[in-house]
Amino acid sequence: MTPSIAQPVLPADWRDLVALTKPRVMSLVVFTGLCGLLAAPVQLPPVLAFTAILCIALGAGAAGALNQWYEADLDAKMRRTANRPLPARRMDRQTALHFGVGLGAFSVVLMDLATNHLAALLLAISILFYVLIYTVWLKRRTAQNIVIGGAAGAFPPLIGWVAATGQVDLMPTLLFAIIFLWTPPHFWALSLFVRSDYANANVPMLPVVAGIQNTRLQILLYSITVAVAGIAPYALGLTGLVYGASAVVLNAVFLFLAVAVFANRAEEVSGMKPERRLFAFSILYLFALFSAVVIDHWVIA
Amino acid sequence: MNPHPEDEVLRRQRERARLMAWLLGAFVVLLFLITVAKIGLNK
Repeated sequence: MTPSIAQPVLPADWRDLVALTKPRVMSLVVFTGLCGLLAAPVQLPPVLAFTAILCIALGAGAAGALNQWYEADLDAKMRRTANRPLPARRMDRQTALHFGVGLGAFSVVLMDLATNHLAALLLAISILFYVLIYTVWLKRRTAQNIVIGGAAGAFPPLIGWVAATGQVDLMPTLLFAIIFLWTPPHFWALSLFVRSDYANANVPMLPVVAGIQNTRLQILLYSITVAVAGIAPYALGLTGLVYGASAVVLNAVFLFLAVAVFANRAEEVSGMKPERRLFAFSILYLFALFSAVVIDHWVIA
Repeated sequence: MNPHPEDEVLRRQRERARLMAWLLGAFVVLLFLITVAKIGLNK
């Protein structure tokens, strides 16, 4: 459990409540959820589609808030996170807990009301998975934290699709797989150049536990699986040429950058340009690939 | 540092109350629109 920190007297500023939801992470979650919804063969009325995406965003925000509530002690030890509302003592922990639980419950109930039970159930599972499986159970215990925990971030396109259709199909399962397999190389690239932060906070991220070169090898191996999953929707005939061509180009660049990371022998952060490039491109990769899913769907339609 | 912390407390409470009022209003409108859309789907 997180050790208690001196509690602030002032009530939390609403901007800090917003910061608690990790808005930058949320943007990727919202985008992939929207793509899942737009790529579905059934069109929801705009207000229900908007509500579904709103619920995905609120659910992700709730998970982020509960993550920060539980990890306030870790965040205080890492430069990257030390200025978050809880470690910076701009908010008391109980406010964060109440905010996270309330927002999570609200998002699930609203999703159920606006779309269907399965989408609401998947949303609830994704929040609980991120908080209980990743944050509480895995993150401080195993170097595989990101591998298994990555599933939490992979739910949004599946939820978006299910919100529209009411059922789980092969296409959203592949979208889930793409994000699931993309998460380790994405986070390991980041953790290579901020590994001292993780080491100081005693978080067993792969570079801290298994070493830098082993992490680079794992990044390359996972990038190959990302490429296989990324091209699978086209290979299986679920998408058209627009997606197929985009997937080939994007995965070729991803693999090229992963090979550059693997070939890098630098131990110092200053020599980790390939890692920074892969991390930056991996974000662009996901945006571009999911955009291609939607554009391809529209072209076929 | 604010020399009158109680003023800052009141300011933040007012700000949050105002925001909460807007959010509740938006929620009511959204619920209404969801209801209309759901009725439309079932026709």
